[in-house]
Amino acid sequence: MSVPAPNLSVVSSAVPAPRPAPARPAPGPAADEGLARRLRALACTAPLHDLDARKANLSGEYGIYAMAEIALAAIDAVTLQMDFDTGADHEDVVARLLPRVAAQAPRREAAEHERVARWVLENLVNVGSVDRGFRAVYGTFAPDGSYVRRDYDFKLLEEVPGPGGRIYLRTTDEAVNVLVGALDTDVTSAQIAAEVKLEVLVSRGRLADAQLAAEQARYRTVQYAETLRRTLEATRRDVRAVDWLHTVPDLIAEALDHVADRYRHENAILTNIRRARDETAEDRHPDHKLRAAELVDIVKDCIRRHTQLQSRLLEAGPLFRAEQDRQAFAPPAARAGLDLYGQLLAPLLGEPVERATRVTDAFFADGAGLRTPPAVRLGDLTELLLTPPAPREHLGAELPEPDLVATPDDSRFSEEQFAAATELLTLPPDAPRRLSGLLAQARARDRELPYLVALLAVHAASPPVGTAYRQGERQLLFAVDDGTELQDPEFGGADLVVGTAELDAAAMAAARSEAG
Amino acid sequence: MQDFGTGPGPQHTEERPAALTPADAADAARLVSFGLQPKLPPARDADYADLLRRYRDQPPFARLADAVATGLGLVVLEVSTRAGMALTAAEDSVFAVRMGDYARRTATDATDRFLHGLAHLAVAALAFPRPEDLADDGYIGRLSVNGVDAFVRQACRRLEERAAERGENTDPASDTPGLEAAWRVYARRSATGATKDARRLAGSTTGIVAKAVAFLVDSGFLQRTGDEAGGTFRTTARYQLQVRDMAGSAALAELLELGIVPVSDGSATLLPAPDDAEAELVEGAGLPFHT
Repeated sequence: MSVPAPNLSVVSSAVPAPRPAPARPAPGPAADEGLARRLRALACTAPLHDLDARKANLSGEYGIYAMAEIALAAIDAVTLQMDFDTGADHEDVVARLLPRVAAQAPRREAAEHERVARWVLENLVNVGSVDRGFRAVYGTFAPDGSYVRRDYDFKLLEEVPGPGGRIYLRTTDEAVNVLVGALDTDVTSAQIAAEVKLEVLVSRGRLADAQLAAEQARYRTVQYAETLRRTLEATRRDVRAVDWLHTVPDLIAEALDHVADRYRHENAILTNIRRARDETAEDRHPDHKLRAAELVDIVKDCIRRHTQLQSRLLEAGPLFRAEQDRQAFAPPAARAGLDLYGQLLAPLLGEPVERATRVTDAFFADGAGLRTPPAVRLGDLTELLLTPPAPREHLGAELPEPDLVATPDDSRFSEEQFAAATELLTLPPDAPRRLSGLLAQARARDRELPYLVALLAVHAASPPVGTAYRQGERQLLFAVDDGTELQDPEFGGADLVVGTAELDAAAMAAARSEAG
Repeated sequence: MQDFGTGPGPQHTEERPAALTPADAADAARLVSFGLQPKLPPARDADYADLLRRYRDQPPFARLADAVATGLGLVVLEVSTRAGMALTAAEDSVFAVRMGDYARRTATDATDRFLHGLAHLAVAALAFPRPEDLADDGYIGRLSVNGVDAFVRQACRRLEERAAERGENTDPASDTPGLEAAWRVYARRSATGATKDARRLAGSTTGIVAKAVAFLVDSGFLQRTGDEAGGTFRTTARYQLQVRDMAGSAALAELLELGIVPVSDGSATLLPAPDDAEAELVEGAGLPFHT
C-alpha cells in the first residue's frame, strides 16, 4: 500500500526493500485517489477547451465566436429546463443560445449563428462517437506499485427518451459539477451555504454577487430533485429494488423537511429582495434595481421547483402501496422459478464484459427461439432486385382536400356600420357624452346604427377590465348610469354616460410581472 | 389447461393401437409446421386445434409428431391449447438464430455483442420480475422499451454506487477493454440519440432493446400493446416456456461454469433463493412484508 519502509527491522514487510525505494510522486492508490478525482474533474472541462481549439478546423471564419462560453450557456440552458419528467428540447436550447451567439458576431448572418449554436450543442453531446460521450485517459499507481493507464468515460449532455417518443437533453452530474464548479460536495449543505451567503449579500447590498449565489442555489435544487426523481422511478419499476423500510421513508422525510425549510427561507429572501428592489434609488444604482428584479425571478423559480418536488414526494406513498399490492400480494405460485434478475442479471453486470458475454451469448442462443430459414428462388430474387425501392413516406399520408361550403353572411351589422359606431364612440377621455346624444347622431347617419351604438354602450356598462389589464390596453370604453332616464323614440331605460378611461399600462405591466 | 371431454380420440386408439399410416405422418408433420409459425395462435385455426387435441389424446400420434420435430432439429417445449406446439431450435439446427445474423455489428464488436445479448436477458428479467412469475403458467408479463433500459441503468447505477462506496477505481485499464465491468459498458452507451431521419438511433441502448423486442414479437414471444414509453408489450405463453425451460437454465449453467453463483446442491439451481435474491439488491433492501 505504502512505500516500503527503509527500516530493515520491520520483519513482515510485504516487499523486501534492501535499498530505499525510489521517490514516487504518488505512492499507492490511497494517496492517488485524490489526484485521480481531480484528473477526472479536469477532464470534464476538456471538451469545452477543445471547442475553442477545434473551431479553426471548421470551414469558414469562426474565430470570432467564443465557443466555450456558448457551451457553458448551453449547459446552463439545459440544466434550468430539466424538470421531473423531461429535459430540454434540442430546438429550445438552440433558440436560447442564439441571442448570445448573435451578440458575439452581430454582423454575421443568422444562419451562421444557428450553425454555430448547433455545432456547439452537437459537440457537447459528441454525436460522432458511438457512445455519444467523451473519454479521457489518466494514469494511477496500482496497489503493487505499477503504473496503470485508465479510461475515464463521461458525458456532459445526454439524450434521454421523453413522452411521445421525443428526445430530450439532460445535463449529467459531471456537467452540473463542472458548471457549478463545486466538485465532491454534499448537495444539501452546499445549498444551505449558498443561501446563507445570499442573505448576507443582500443585506449588505451586494446584489451582483447575490445573483450568482442565487443561481448556484438553483442548480443545487435541480440536482437534488434529480436524485429524488431517480429513486421514485426505481420504485415504480420494482418495489424490491428500493429499501422502503428505512432508506426511502428517511429520504422522503428529509426531502419534505428540506422543502418546508427552503420554502420558508426563500420566501424570506423574496420579501427582502423585493424590498431591496423597491427601495433602491433609481438614479443612484439603476442596475441594482434590475439585478434585484432578476433575483426575484430566480428565487421565484426556486420556490416553484420546491413546490413541484413536494407534490412528487406526496405521491410517493400511494405509489408504493399500489405497487406493493400489485407485486407482492398476488397468490403465490405452486412452482418455484428462476429469479432472472437476482440470479442472472445482477451478478452478471458486476463481471468483466468478456466473461459476462459468455452468459448473454448462452441466453441469446437458447432464448431467441427459431427462425425458419428463407428459401430463395432465383426468379423471386431477380424480381426483388429489379423492383425500384418504395419511396419513404417522410410526410405521412396525403391529406384529403377539405370540401369547403361558403357560409352565408348573416351578421346583423356590416363592417362599415361597425367602423361608424367605433368612430362615434371614440371619445376624448376628458369629455364623456350622454347616450341620447350619441343615438341621435347615429340616427342621422344610418337607420340601423343606433341599435349597434346602444348595444355597445350597454356592453360598456360592464367593461372588460380584466381582459384589458391582461392585454395591457391603454384605453377602455365605459358607461355609467347616473339615474337620468333616456328620452328616445326607439329605446328606453337609463341615459348612460359613455366615456373613455385611460389606463396606466406601465403600472399594470409591473403588477403583472410581480403577480406572475 | 382445459378439459375437452370425451372426444373420438381415446376410442380411436383403443380400436387401432399403433396402426399409423402415412396420412398420420403427414398430419404429424402438419402439426410441426403449425408449430413453426409462432405467431399463429391455436384458437385462430380449427385444423391446428384439432391436431393439438389429437396430440393430447393419441399417444402414438404424439410420439410421431415428436419424432418429426426431433428429426428436423427442433425441441418440443410444450404442446397445449394455450401455447400451441411450442418448438425451439436445437443447437446447430438450421432453425437456430445466430448472433451474427441477428445483428451484423456483433460479429466484429465485442461490446455490441454483449449489449445485444444483455438486452434479451433484460427483457426477460423485466417480463418475469419474480421467480413466481416465471413459474406461474397464467402470468402475463408487461414491459416497455424505455422501462427495460431504465431498469438496467438502475442496476448499473447501484453497482456504480457500491463500487464508489468501496472506494474502487472502476475505470478500466486502457489496453484491456475485455476487463471492463459489464455495467460500465451499458452505463456508458447513451440511452437514445437524435438522428437525421427521426428514427431510433440503432446503437443506443433503447435502440438495442427495441431491436430485441421487435425480434421477439416476430418470434411470437411478445405482442405489441401500445406505443407509449418506446413501445409496450405483453408476453405470450411461448416466451415464458422459452425463458423458463431453455434460456434461463442455459445462462445459469454458463454462469455456474464461470464460478459466479455458489452451488449449494446440484438440484436446486432453478429454485428461488430468497436470501440470495435479497443480497443481490441494495444493501439492506428489506421490505415490510418480507420480514
